[in-house]
Amino acid sequence: MNTNTDGSSPSRVSTLAPKEGGGFPNPGLPPHSPRQADISEPAEKRAERLVAFLFLLSVAGTVVFIAAYFLVTPLDTNIFAEEGTPRALWWSNLVTGLGLAIAVFFIGAAAVHWAKTLMPDQEWVEERHDIRGSDETRKIAAEMITGGLAETGIGRRPVMVTAMVAALAALPIAVLAPLSTLGPLPGNKLHHTFWGHNPGQRLARDHDGTPIKLSDVAMNSIFHVMPEGLTHETPHHLEERAKAAAVIVRIDPRLGQNEESMSMGVQGVLAFSKICTHVGCPVALYEQQTHHMLCPCHQSTFDVTDGAKVIFGPAHRPLPQLPIEVDAEGYLVAPGDFTEPIGPSFWNIHKDK
Amino acid sequence: MTTTTPSSGKQSSDGDSRLLKLGAVGGDFLDQRLSGAGFVKFFARKVFPDHWSFMFGEMALYSFVILLISGTFLTMFFDPSMEEVVYNGPYTALQGATVSRAFESTMEIAFEVKGGLLFRQMHHWAALVFMVAIFVHMFRVFFTGAFRKPRELNWLIGFSLMVLGMVAGFSGYSLPDDVLSGNGLRVVDGLMKSIPIVGTYLSMLLFGGEFPGTDIIPRLFTIHILLVPAAILGLIAIHLVLVVVHKHTQYAGPGRTNRNVVGHPVLPVFGAKAGGFFFLVFGIITFISATTSINAMWIYGPYDPSPVSAGSQPDWYMLWTDGGLRLIPGWEFTIFGYVISLNMLIPMAIYGGLLAVLALWPFIESWVTGDEREHHLADKPYNAPVRTAFGVAWIVTYLILALAATNDLIAIALQLSINDLTWLFRIAFFVAPVLAFYITKRLCLSMQRHKRDLALHGRETSRIVRTGSGDMIEIHEPLSEYERWELVAHDDYRPLKAGKGVSSLRAKATSFFFKDRIEPVTPAELREALEHAGHEKHVVDEATGGDYRTPAEKAVH
Repeated sequence: MNTNTDGSSPSRVSTLAPKEGGGFPNPGLPPHSPRQADISEPAEKRAERLVAFLFLLSVAGTVVFIAAYFLVTPLDTNIFAEEGTPRALWWSNLVTGLGLAIAVFFIGAAAVHWAKTLMPDQEWVEERHDIRGSDETRKIAAEMITGGLAETGIGRRPVMVTAMVAALAALPIAVLAPLSTLGPLPGNKLHHTFWGHNPGQRLARDHDGTPIKLSDVAMNSIFHVMPEGLTHETPHHLEERAKAAAVIVRIDPRLGQNEESMSMGVQGVLAFSKICTHVGCPVALYEQQTHHMLCPCHQSTFDVTDGAKVIFGPAHRPLPQLPIEVDAEGYLVAPGDFTEPIGPSFWNIHKDK
Repeated sequence: MTTTTPSSGKQSSDGDSRLLKLGAVGGDFLDQRLSGAGFVKFFARKVFPDHWSFMFGEMALYSFVILLISGTFLTMFFDPSMEEVVYNGPYTALQGATVSRAFESTMEIAFEVKGGLLFRQMHHWAALVFMVAIFVHMFRVFFTGAFRKPRELNWLIGFSLMVLGMVAGFSGYSLPDDVLSGNGLRVVDGLMKSIPIVGTYLSMLLFGGEFPGTDIIPRLFTIHILLVPAAILGLIAIHLVLVVVHKHTQYAGPGRTNRNVVGHPVLPVFGAKAGGFFFLVFGIITFISATTSINAMWIYGPYDPSPVSAGSQPDWYMLWTDGGLRLIPGWEFTIFGYVISLNMLIPMAIYGGLLAVLALWPFIESWVTGDEREHHLADKPYNAPVRTAFGVAWIVTYLILALAATNDLIAIALQLSINDLTWLFRIAFFVAPVLAFYITKRLCLSMQRHKRDLALHGRETSRIVRTGSGDMIEIHEPLSEYERWELVAHDDYRPLKAGKGVSSLRAKATSFFFKDRIEPVTPAELREALEHAGHEKHVVDEATGGDYRTPAEKAVH
C-alpha cells in the first residue's frame, strides 16, 4: 500500500493537500448504548414473540398460496368468479400473488427484526490487509513467471513463436465462417418489394384484403393497403408485408405542391410507403386537416401534398411513392414498385444491382 | 488477522449445545471432504459495514435471483417459435387471429397456466427493479468515490453488468412477439442497417434474412436464457469475490479508518439482515406483481409489420436509447452515391460516449488527482464537488434522453405541441447538463462551508442572549468529539501548477477539479474557535447567570 501522506508516488505528483498540523486524531469508536432488549427482559420476550409471530404469518401466506393455486384458478375451480372469465384470472393472480408475497416477505421481516433486536449490535473491527502481495511474494511470483517462460524457450525460438502467433491470429478468422451462415447476403433484396415483383397488383385493404375502387376513396380519407395478392399463403408473407405496407390518401388536387408526385396518383389519390425512412416504424398517423403523416415512434412528419417530404423529425428521405392507376373495373392498381427502396436508409440504398 | 470482538455476555443454553453437537457431526463430514472448516474460519465472522446506501447492490443481486426463479418457471411453458398458428384460447378478442407460437404460448402463460400470469408479471417487474437497483447502486458507488483504487476493475465489471442487464431486458421483452416488441426489433433493424458498409449484412445475419424472418425469436431466446444470464452470473461471482478481496468501503466516522472495517460479522448479524433482505425484496416484487399489471401484450396483439400505436415506449431502462432518435434532426448525406445516416449514427455515438465516459471515470479521476493510495473510506458526495456535479450532469443528460422518448405522452398529458416539446428537449440536452453541473457544484461548496462552520462553532440553538453592553450573542451547542470527527476527517485536494512533471493539460484539469475548494478545518483553527467560544460562554454566563432557559420556560418550572 502506498502510505505517503500526500498519496504521490515517485512518478506522479498528487493533488492531495497535506493535512495542516497532521489533521485530527481519530477519537475511536463511540461508547455503545444498549437497546431495550439488551437491558429489559420483557422487551427481549416481546421481540422474541414478535419474530415468532412474523414467521408464523409467513406460514399462513404459504397456505394461502397453495390453496389459491388450486381453488382460485383462471380456467378451472375459482371460488371468487366464474371460471374462464377475466375476473377469474384477476382473482387468481391477486390471491396467489398476495399469498406468495406474504409467505416470503414475512420471513424477511422476521429475520431482520431478529437481527436488529436480539442479535448483538456491538460493532466489530477488522483490520484491512494490503491488496498487493508482499515484496517477497511478488518476487517469487515474478521468478515463477520468468522461470516458467524460460522453460518454454519462448525467447530463444523466434520461428516457433511467430508460427504460434500466426496460428492464434488465424483461428479467430474461422469464426467468420459459421457466423456468415446465420443469414443470407443482402443482395438487392432490400431494393424491391412485392409490388415490383408482381406488377399490376390491385391495392387491397390491409385488414380484410378486399380491393379498393377509386370511388371508395373519399376526400381526406386514408386507407392502409397491401397488394391484393399478398396473403397468408404467400411465402415469407411477413417479410413481404414489412416492405409492401402502404397507405393511400386522397387530397384535393389543388393542394398539390409537387407535380411529379401528383402525376403518380389518380385524381388526388396518392399512395406512399407506410414504412418510415428513419428506422422503419409504420407511419400510421394521418392528420386530415394538415395532410401530414406522422410516425408514432419518433415523430417524423411527412407532407403528403409535397411528395411526402419530411417537414419535422429525424427522418431524411421522403416516403417513397407508389405510382398508381385505375383498371377497367375502377380498382386502384400499382403498375410497378415504389419510386425508391422503402424503409430505413442504408449504405448502398441508391446502388440497385 | 486481528479482529476486535465485543465479548458476548450470553451463556449458551441446553438448546444451543444440542445444535452444536449436530453441527459438529455434519461439519466433520464436510470438512473431511471439502476443507469446509478453513472456509468457515475465513468467512463466517467476516465483518461487513452497514449503511442504508449499501443496500442497492444487494437489491440488484436479489432481483436477479428472482429473475432466475421466475424465468425458469416461464421456460417450462414458453415456446420460442415463430411458426404461425391460429389463436383459439380463452381471450376472446384475439380468437381466430393468426399469431406466432411464441405469442400463443405467452398468451397461454398469461391466461391458462395456473400462476402463469403471476410469474410472468414477477419476471417483468423484477427486471425493472433489477435495473433500478443497478443504476442506484452504480451512482452510490460513483458519488462516494468507491470506484477509486483498488476498485477500478470492479467498477468496470459492474458497468458491464449494467450493459448486460439492458441486453437481457431488451432480449426478454422482445420474446412475446407482440406489436410493441416487434416494433422495438424493427428499430434495432433500422439502426443496424444505417451502419456504413456492414449494416445490411449485420441485419441479415441477426434476423436470418429479411426483417422480421422466422429466426429472431429463437435466437433471442438462446441469448436471453443462456448467454446473457451466464455472463451476468459469472460477472456477479467475480464482482462479489472482489468485494471480499477488497473488503467493503465504509463511511468515515469515529473509529473507522482507511485501514480497518467496522461492522457486523456475516454470522449472525450481517447474514440474517442480508438473507432477510432477499425475502423482503422477493415479497415486495411479488406484491407489486399480484396487484399491478405489466406488459399486457394481449392488448397490443400479435406482431405484424403494418400496425403500430401511438405511445410506443420501451421499458424504462431502454428509454434513453430511443430519446436520441427522437431528438436528432433528419441529417443524412450521400457521398459518391453512398448514404451516411447521421440521424442514426450520431445518436449511437452519443450513447456510446455517455457509457464510455462513465466506464472510464475512475481512470480519468485518478489521472487528474495522481492519488495512488488505496481508498477504503467512502467520500461524502459534497466533499467532491466536481465529481458529484459531473455525476448529476450525466444523470440529467440521461433523463433528458429518457424523457424525450416519452415526448408523445408528455405532449398529450400537458396539451403541448409535440414539435415545441421536441425543440425544448433538443435545447435542454445541451443546456440542462451544464446548469445541473454548475448548480450541483455550488450546492456542494455551500454544504462544505456549512459543515465547516458546524465543525468550528457547533449547532445553532436559536437562543439569543443580550449582554449588558447590548451585544446579541447566539448560544451554540458544541459538537461531541465523535460528531466533529465526521466533518473534519476528509481529504482535501488542490490544483497543481504546470511543470515539475505536471503537464499543462493535467494542470488545467486539476484546476477545473479543485480550483474552488473549501479547506477543511485544521486543528489550529478549531483551537482558536474553541477559545473564542469559551470567551463567549463566559460573557453569556455573566448575562444569564448560567441559566440558558427562556423566561417562558422558567415560568413553567
